[in-house]
Amino acid sequence: MVAVRALLKTRRTGLALYGTAMALLPLMFSNDYYVKVLIILGINILIVLGLNLLMGYAGQVSIGHAAFYGMGAYASAIVTTKYGMSPWFGLLASIILGGIVAYGIAIPTLRLKGHYLAMATLGFAEIVHVLFLQLKDITGGTDGISGISTLSIAGFLFDSPQKLYILVWIVVMAGLIISINLANSRVGRALRAVHGSEIAAASMGIDTAKYKIQIFVLSAVFACIGGSLYAHMAGFVSPDSFTLGVSITLVTMVVLGGMANVWGAIIGASTLTILEEYLKGYEDFNMVIFGLILVLVMVFMPQGLYGAGTRVIGLIKRRFKLIPDTAGEESAAS
Amino acid sequence: MHFDQFLQYLISGITSGSIYALIALGFTLIHNSTKLINFAQGEFVMLGGLIAISLYSAAGLPLIIAIPISIILVAIVGIVFERLAIRPLRNSSNITLIIVTVGVSILLKNVAMILWGRDPQSLPAFTGDKPIALFGATITPQALWVIAVTVITVVLLQVFYKRSIVGKAMKASAINPPAANLMGINTSNIVMLSFAMSAGFGAMAGVLITPISMTGYSVGGFLGLKGFAGAVLGGLDNPVGAVLGGVVLGIIESLSIGIIDSGYKDAVAFFILLLVLFIRPSGILGDKVREKV
Amino acid sequence: MRKWIVLALVLSLALFALGCQGATKQTASSSSTVEAKKEAYKIGAIVSVTGPASPLGAPEKNTLLLEVDKINKAGGINGHKVEILIEDDQSDPKNAVTAVSKLLSEGVIAIIGGTTTPSSMAIKPEIAKAKIPQMAMAAGIPITAAPDEWVFRTAQSDAVAVQKVIDYMVKTMKIKKFAILSDQNSFGQSGTEELKKLAPKAGLEIVEVQSYKTEDTNMTAQLTKIKGTKAEALVVWGTNPGPAQAAKNMKELGITIPYIGSHGISNKTFITLAGPAAEGVVFPAGRALVPSSAKGAQAEVINKFMSGYKAKYKDNPNTFAGHAYDAINILADALKTAGSNNEKLRTEIEKTTGFVGISGIFNYTQKDHDGTTLNDMVMVEIKDGKWIEKKATEKK
Repeated sequence: MVAVRALLKTRRTGLALYGTAMALLPLMFSNDYYVKVLIILGINILIVLGLNLLMGYAGQVSIGHAAFYGMGAYASAIVTTKYGMSPWFGLLASIILGGIVAYGIAIPTLRLKGHYLAMATLGFAEIVHVLFLQLKDITGGTDGISGISTLSIAGFLFDSPQKLYILVWIVVMAGLIISINLANSRVGRALRAVHGSEIAAASMGIDTAKYKIQIFVLSAVFACIGGSLYAHMAGFVSPDSFTLGVSITLVTMVVLGGMANVWGAIIGASTLTILEEYLKGYEDFNMVIFGLILVLVMVFMPQGLYGAGTRVIGLIKRRFKLIPDTAGEESAAS
Repeated sequence: MHFDQFLQYLISGITSGSIYALIALGFTLIHNSTKLINFAQGEFVMLGGLIAISLYSAAGLPLIIAIPISIILVAIVGIVFERLAIRPLRNSSNITLIIVTVGVSILLKNVAMILWGRDPQSLPAFTGDKPIALFGATITPQALWVIAVTVITVVLLQVFYKRSIVGKAMKASAINPPAANLMGINTSNIVMLSFAMSAGFGAMAGVLITPISMTGYSVGGFLGLKGFAGAVLGGLDNPVGAVLGGVVLGIIESLSIGIIDSGYKDAVAFFILLLVLFIRPSGILGDKVREKV
Repeated sequence: MRKWIVLALVLSLALFALGCQGATKQTASSSSTVEAKKEAYKIGAIVSVTGPASPLGAPEKNTLLLEVDKINKAGGINGHKVEILIEDDQSDPKNAVTAVSKLLSEGVIAIIGGTTTPSSMAIKPEIAKAKIPQMAMAAGIPITAAPDEWVFRTAQSDAVAVQKVIDYMVKTMKIKKFAILSDQNSFGQSGTEELKKLAPKAGLEIVEVQSYKTEDTNMTAQLTKIKGTKAEALVVWGTNPGPAQAAKNMKELGITIPYIGSHGISNKTFITLAGPAAEGVVFPAGRALVPSSAKGAQAEVINKFMSGYKAKYKDNPNTFAGHAYDAINILADALKTAGSNNEKLRTEIEKTTGFVGISGIFNYTQKDHDGTTLNDMVMVEIKDGKWIEKKATEKK
């Protein structure tokens, strides 16, 4: 246990371990279904990493990230099907679109606080959803867009889930590295200050508005990339996949895993994605069980799964006198 | 646009708007004692409607008995919810609690699906459904019921917050729970009371709107969204604001159907909501948010 | 302390729920416990059992279980039992995309689904890649548009239902102008697009197009706009509860033009919800709704299915249940002669002629994967809370 924790402590080893484990996973499953679930999982992790930076570090709740997810997917779909361009342009288009829209939205929106901010992001997402439905000439309306081509590099087509998986997880690892570095950089410290008290942070000379906007744009771009990858995997997009429910699920992943921790984001996204998939067999009871588990986890582990995990480790250490009591307290509080 | 047409849009908007307003009040109640947004608020509305339907059509009770029973049952659901899922987390962050309410809403919605099935159901209007003519436009008696109950409720709430000791205690608990506690207020009971009241109001809204809009297991999310939007538009901590916000939201939707296109009505409504928030970050009647250092 | 009481309570509830689940699973598989000599035919299905499209998907799932049970009780197909694997896409095509891989990895020989047009479209490419037949139960035009090699459809295409409505307006009502009010979901929008396409060809003018969100509480604003036009009829395209809401609101506003519905309201729920406002509503429906309109063999098939469904589920099957009936039975018929070879199976489905189903008499060909024709739908009027056939020759 100590060994594992010590390993995890050094960021690089943790990262390398996680990366190798994820890279090896599809070797265990020749089955397309599992690989597809892992791709969706990867996409969710990517989006939740961004959202975790926004919520956990900058303290800004967004109940509208399904909009960026959808915008990324649609941008890719439209660029490849309507204009017949390379899917890479689709990916590029979705990043640019997401970045610009997020920047435009962030300036007025991030001045809002608490629930008003949540409502504003939610309202933005609802508007985007209406546009997906109503701009029929561009988005295909409710029928969506089908026939989206697959990604390729120099003639190598990512046309099977196994191949696409590799690409998705390279992207996820990149997102992870960016997140970790950001969290531990000067910006990360500044952001945590923003979370603590914006006024205090501002009076320390931190340009809170600038950091908040930057992180919002970054999280939106993560979501757009996720959407683009989804579009190229599924070959089909429609408005039903980017609803308010999806936005709420993403926020739930962040909180369930534990905020302000990159590994929390990964744990939250993984747990919920796999749980949702696993519960599908229970049909009518599926969502009842899902709701119950969600409530129970939050009631018993208010700091999220990651927080609870470190706490348990702390308890074990104290029990076996591996470390002095104070250290245990500290890890429990983090 | 003719005058009678304009009037009809206005009445349509007020009808939907007063439904949103009644739901928005539930959000305000809980927010006022806990600073929470209860994502299960719409499910209270759904439960209120469905329980009343069952009592009325399956158990054969008259409406006048079915309605209070339904409201009390849902209020009990609210109390249980608060005791089991909110109280244990009283020291946790706001967002954690909100996720708990998300979980509860998923739970309630799907339990309702199992209990009541997938088909929406309806109740008869309280006092007939013969529309009342008004300068060339019409309004249904049930819409008048909704409007009347909304007005009465908001007046009573104002009195409750301004005059009654419990109401004042509720506000104090929200603003600074430890200080309120030191002043001898049992904040825990206050929170429970606000959940019971909010659930009861939600159920009342559900019963009132079922004859107009029908109720099925899945309406909670939609109604909750509209109520939340109304409450934010008007100002989350002010009952008058919540009602105003709800009604304004309804009228915007209705007029945007008349002037623009029904496909865009929600986009227009949310767009205006965003504009209002950019100008007044705490809603139309909301208190100015002052952050303590 | 309190926390632990909650935990105990919740765990016992969860156990109860799982127990219920186990029970339903058992009934589903009880029939296949009989030792089959030959390998079972695995058929997959992707249905929207939960979520917004569940009023369509839930009866479809019930029907699939019912029919497979019937087939197995009768000894299966040439001695092969049928095993049906049903996946719920929760009305989100994203789930259908993973579900289709799950089913394919289980080695299914055909897939029934989806319930909605987007889900059907989302799984189409993957199924085509796997080269097995897909029996879609949704009405959207693009489903059977090229490339359509592997996809068939058992729902009457929107084109059929819409043409029926247009014929009724032109020939029976003899009107020139009408307005549309439709749901913003895929069912409503697909119907709207088809109306826009076919109406001008029949010399009809659409004077107003309005829409509503599935859960909208009030449609008087949309109807006020329609009231201000010169529309001679209102076509409402959606599934419950929207159309019932619209019927009630029309009465409130004193709108007297005829209400023409879609096959989305071909169920008792519409009549219950709309109450007196349902009177006089006319809509296109499969012959199953008014068994008297069906002749001989079809009437028998319909009656048998209706009574079987009612006996098991204590509920009337709706139009969408009929789509599932047709899908599984057409597949079973083709399996009888073709066996499980995919190419042969597809060719055999394409050879289906005169199959007497719930939604119509199916005749697939290599070019036509829709199967049904205008003749398979009738216009139905609601009179005294009952459905009666509105004969095309009737003068208004």
